[in-house]
Amino acid sequence: MHINKASAVVKKKSFLSALLILILSILSLFVLKDIALALILLFVAVALIAVNFLIISRRLFDVLGTRFMLIVVLFVLALFFLLIIVLLNGSGILLEHQSIGDLLFSSAWKPFSNHFGLFAVIIDTLIVTAISMVIAVPISLLTAVYITEYAPTRLRNMIRPFIDVLAGVPSVVFGLCALLVFIPVVRDYIAPFFGVVTSSGFCLFTASLILSIMVFPIIISLCVESFSSIPLALKEASLSVGATKWETVKKVIFRASGPGVLSAIFLGFGRAFGETIAVSMVIGNQELIPRTLFGSGQTLASLIANNYTEVASIPLLASALIFVALILFVVVLIFNICGFLVLRRASKRWKY
Amino acid sequence: MLASLAIVIGSLILIVSVIVLNGASSLSLEMLTQTSEGSFYLGSGGGFLNAIVGSLLLALPATAFAFIISVCIAMYLQKEFIPSRFSSFIRICLDIMWGIPSIVYGVFALTIMIALGLHGGSVLFGIFALTLLEIPIITRSVDESIKVVPHGLKESAYSLGSTRFETSLHVVRRQAMPGIVAGILLGFGRGIGDAASILLTVGDSNYFPTSVLDQTAALPTIILNLAGMPEKTVQNKAYAVAFVLLLIVLSISILTRYFTKKSSKYIIK
Amino acid sequence: MSKSAIQIETRGLNVSFHNSPVLKDINIEIPAKQLTAIIGPSGCGKTTLLKSFNRLLEIQEDVKISGEIIVDGKDIMTSGLNVPDIRKKMGLISQKPYPLPMSIFENVAYGLRIHHGKNPKKVEEGVHHCLQEVGLWNEVKDRLHDPASRLSVGQQQRLCLARAIAVKPEVILCDEPTSALDPIAAQQIERLLLKLKKDFTVILVTHTLRQAKRVADYVIFLYFGMVVEHGLADQVFNDPKSPEMKAYLSGEIS
Repeated sequence: MHINKASAVVKKKSFLSALLILILSILSLFVLKDIALALILLFVAVALIAVNFLIISRRLFDVLGTRFMLIVVLFVLALFFLLIIVLLNGSGILLEHQSIGDLLFSSAWKPFSNHFGLFAVIIDTLIVTAISMVIAVPISLLTAVYITEYAPTRLRNMIRPFIDVLAGVPSVVFGLCALLVFIPVVRDYIAPFFGVVTSSGFCLFTASLILSIMVFPIIISLCVESFSSIPLALKEASLSVGATKWETVKKVIFRASGPGVLSAIFLGFGRAFGETIAVSMVIGNQELIPRTLFGSGQTLASLIANNYTEVASIPLLASALIFVALILFVVVLIFNICGFLVLRRASKRWKY
Repeated sequence: MLASLAIVIGSLILIVSVIVLNGASSLSLEMLTQTSEGSFYLGSGGGFLNAIVGSLLLALPATAFAFIISVCIAMYLQKEFIPSRFSSFIRICLDIMWGIPSIVYGVFALTIMIALGLHGGSVLFGIFALTLLEIPIITRSVDESIKVVPHGLKESAYSLGSTRFETSLHVVRRQAMPGIVAGILLGFGRGIGDAASILLTVGDSNYFPTSVLDQTAALPTIILNLAGMPEKTVQNKAYAVAFVLLLIVLSISILTRYFTKKSSKYIIK
Repeated sequence: MSKSAIQIETRGLNVSFHNSPVLKDINIEIPAKQLTAIIGPSGCGKTTLLKSFNRLLEIQEDVKISGEIIVDGKDIMTSGLNVPDIRKKMGLISQKPYPLPMSIFENVAYGLRIHHGKNPKKVEEGVHHCLQEVGLWNEVKDRLHDPASRLSVGQQQRLCLARAIAVKPEVILCDEPTSALDPIAAQQIERLLLKLKKDFTVILVTHTLRQAKRVADYVIFLYFGMVVEHGLADQVFNDPKSPEMKAYLSGEIS
């Protein structure tokens, strides 16, 4: 390898100083009998040589850097698989004690008598997630269309950062707000409106409501992103055959950005499904299926948050909570794989 | 359409204003400068400085670790380093990690903690859970910005005889800087506000943590504790804490806008 | 042409992307310290041929390259070679100028630092020299630390040229360097290339025949991935042998 004269001089200099420090280190070991100092000096000398070598040999630097990145990647993948193993292993203890069918299809959650039935919690989770998505998806889509297609530029430039900021608001803040505002509103107005007078306000409906507000920013910002990436020529083509703006939105924009909208909905669903804190603050925390939407319930995620303090006193409970975490993980996994497959098919068909 | 926009904007303004109004009125200087030793949870004096410090002690190291790890991963996902079938596999894994609810990371960290014989919680495992939570967030942001680095720019760098690592370190890194900055701040904002992952792992304390194995209070967890208290006066303190947390998160997103603008000065379009 | 004056020689070079061949059996010799123009209709593999000379193709996926490319008597396709060292010998000027995301000064200093030591004084001298060489010094000497992206496109292209010669390459590969520029800036670049061929071997991919006629000493005509005709410029332009070359010269294919 060709080495320039100047860098060769630099190399020589720092090599000599490293040698000097090495000699000092040996001296301090045998003359001063100070092992610590000797070790420090030795370390400095070795570091100097190593650093020097690295700077000169760019090729080695390249190889080491690349290796380091590879190690980091493998480390994270290992952590990811360790997560899976820990979840599987932890749930195993419970599965020896109770069958998986009994776990999933019995509604009796009785940690003190070591019986764990998750049916009610699973149903509650599905209801809460579904309702929140029913509320959030249409509203978010329409808002996103309005922002990209109809809003004047000034308004758009004001709304977009606002929505981005709100995507970052912690869930505990949403929960706190729901406690103060939504609980009384649901208890005093919405529930009686639907004929339920006994509601405490801590119910599935309140949870769905706060969840839908939490996923607004996620779905909107992703949809806005994919709407605004549609080429102008495509819209012009539709408008120039005489389609109205709304027809263009329906026929061109929704279709062309289909994959983007789908993945936005998937992500919103994932967030609503796994949200823990805000839900646990308003859902009432009862492991049962309420008769109306205005009764208390429990979701999978909030179940963990509400029960973990007892882990030390009930040995099987830890395993049960790990099993619940495993369910959350598996659902996310399935959703991601479905999303991936749908998107891959969709982007093949919807290429424009 | 206008109605739905009004619903979205209205509900979000409602949330912020409820916290700001209630929080600002119940916040006092005392709360920001004192720890919650004594009777903070019982309705009298004291503050939550220890929770602010605790939150920073959790989120800052977690963001630092996650940042290093994420930049390495995102750089390594470039096609010079790894064939696309492997990189898409890694991307799928990261997408799954992105979607995993934070409570699952909490359970994971808690399980490891119990397996190691530690009980009650520690700063160390809080950092661990938060790091896991932040890795996919930061990686995604960095990866997106590396993906759009023009191919011609990389070719230019390679034509000057730079190695792959030098190209990534000097050229791609600079071009992707806005994404890296945005990723760090996004990750930090998410980390400092997340309650579910640290709820299980850090425990609680009224003092400043003195070692990585100590328990600690954190802003999101004490909001949860305060909100669960029966007395109205104590509950109101939750709004003060939430107000502080909201201020932190909002200032982070303002910082993000400022720094991404600043760091895009040298970007080649 | 004497053997010693050959800078690059290819023997049976084949390149394919995604299993579809782009270059087929290329056998050419490129003379040193001359300006060689690669011409041909668009999409015939000119850029691919150019980028195979400094092994830039392999950072893309699904590329298969076979054959020999001999630079200074050594086959650069041999595995185990240090690729950055090969690339260092060949500067690339691309179609659209891509300055590095740094200041004007750093753009030129980058190559100097990684190859020729970090001595600040020497780097400064080198930057000064290279910028003067491309006639950019007087235009940028007061704003050396401004972002390179603030220069005009023509200035950016000259900056890229300065950055390339800072590394002290033997060959300068130019991929339609004037196609994104206005006529005046294009003329500047053309003059620079003519000046630079005293010290460097210049290989110019161009899709404008007139440009090739103006500047080339030696011409390679590519047609659908094959070399149809190559030789001295006078000979190729004034006395074309193949029907394709005749058609291209007369403007029937472009």
